[in-house]
Amino acid sequence: MAGHDDHKDVKYVGDSRIRAQRTPNYPKDYSEYPGKTEPFWPNFLLKEWMVGAVVLIGFLILTVSHEPPLQVIADPTDTNYSPIPDWYFLFLYEVLKYTYASGPYTVIGTVIIPGLAVGALLLAPWLDPGPERRWYKRPIASGLMFMTIISLFILTYQAAEGHNWEQEERYAHDSPAQNVEIDTSEEGYQIYAAQSCIACHGDQLQGAVGPPIFDAGAKYDADGVRDLIENGIGEMPPGQFEGSEEELDILVEWLVSLGTDAAPSGDASDEEGSADGNGEGD
Amino acid sequence: MLQKLYDWVDERLDITPMWRDIADHEVPEHVNPAHHFSAFVYCFGGLTFFIVVIQFLSGMFLTMYYVPDIVNAHASVMYLQNEVAFGAIVRGMHHWGASVVIVLMFLHTLRVFFTGAYKKPRELNWVVGVLLFLVILGLGFTGYLLPWDMKAYFATSVGVEIAASIPVIGGLAEDLLTGGTILGAETLTRFFAIHVFFLPAALMALLAAHFIMIRRQGISGPL
Repeated sequence: MAGHDDHKDVKYVGDSRIRAQRTPNYPKDYSEYPGKTEPFWPNFLLKEWMVGAVVLIGFLILTVSHEPPLQVIADPTDTNYSPIPDWYFLFLYEVLKYTYASGPYTVIGTVIIPGLAVGALLLAPWLDPGPERRWYKRPIASGLMFMTIISLFILTYQAAEGHNWEQEERYAHDSPAQNVEIDTSEEGYQIYAAQSCIACHGDQLQGAVGPPIFDAGAKYDADGVRDLIENGIGEMPPGQFEGSEEELDILVEWLVSLGTDAAPSGDASDEEGSADGNGEGD
Repeated sequence: MLQKLYDWVDERLDITPMWRDIADHEVPEHVNPAHHFSAFVYCFGGLTFFIVVIQFLSGMFLTMYYVPDIVNAHASVMYLQNEVAFGAIVRGMHHWGASVVIVLMFLHTLRVFFTGAYKKPRELNWVVGVLLFLVILGLGFTGYLLPWDMKAYFATSVGVEIAASIPVIGGLAEDLLTGGTILGAETLTRFFAIHVFFLPAALMALLAAHFIMIRRQGISGPL
């Protein structure tokens, strides 16, 4: 325990109990403090607990209304997955996308910028040593902090906007796309696999670069599917199919048959993902 | 009866001064929301601690089911979430609590910053507070890998790449985190150990320092 040294220049503010002369640690009589002080125990704690209870209720409502997300087991060989950190690291993730914070300049994004920020925060009492405490009386410190907060918000927003969140739903452990049973012995599947479809839509039609199409029949009829294959949609270019007309018929028929029994229900978010294509990829 | 028990212990251990240090002090008007509603900003620190306690408790219960190896980790989390009574709630508290702690800690930091409470004589407590911030971010980062799902694996691989890019000590930092040449089985056990033993120990030590300093220095005065 420190506090033996008598630094006469140290002026303690508030209800500090450290004195130049060490006295037994008996609290002063409350009447010696200005204003409406009250004992911590039990008066204040009983009131303070109200604030705690409000926060606890909000927290428990969040917990019971949102199941914690869990995706499918890690597959290091899946190159289609675009990594996403937890939300509180998104700003850093976004910084690392800037030209002068990535590639040969990675050190700027990974070490210099975070290092300066943390260093400045650690040393704040010495970088801003004046006696003034009000934020508007120390414009440089407050200004820098405001700029940092605004940057954090903007970077986080940009990172969130740039990410394809549909991916997170698709990889969820209970997502229909992960639990679909595709009969790979079907002739339609053979054509699907032989053509380039499989590269973007996955070997179980669960989606990869492209959206999941395991329930295509729930969303499109035969003409719709044929139109998509021939003319493309969104990121999907037209004229990808290079087989014969008969093969196309089989493929379309097979795809249309999928949604009717495979899909549990027409899900609004899935539909959007399919109809718009994967527009946010790059 | 209770008084007798107290007296018996107090006679031997002289616990009354300890009790005074912990609970017997006065709360000034300017931090009391009952007097000035805007003083709720002074609650963020205490609320951060409150959620940290929830994190400790829920985390202790999670380790009853969680298995830190790459074959079983994901299955154990699935089991915990879908089969164990209240498992989804406990995991939910730990998962969302991590975010809530960071939000509250951010607000607490801003309150201390904008009220200038880090100034002399409280510099050391500010430094400890910044270290606490880093430890909690570290807990968030290491906890993220543990379910061993897609998100966990790929986010951690980016994190390890960031550590590896540090000049001079990058390679060392990478080895320290991954425990081998690839992000795999040893990485998971390492992150588990860091998340469950090393960082919580650091957290408790820093919190103790944080609180002892607050009690010795008192709350900073009104602006």
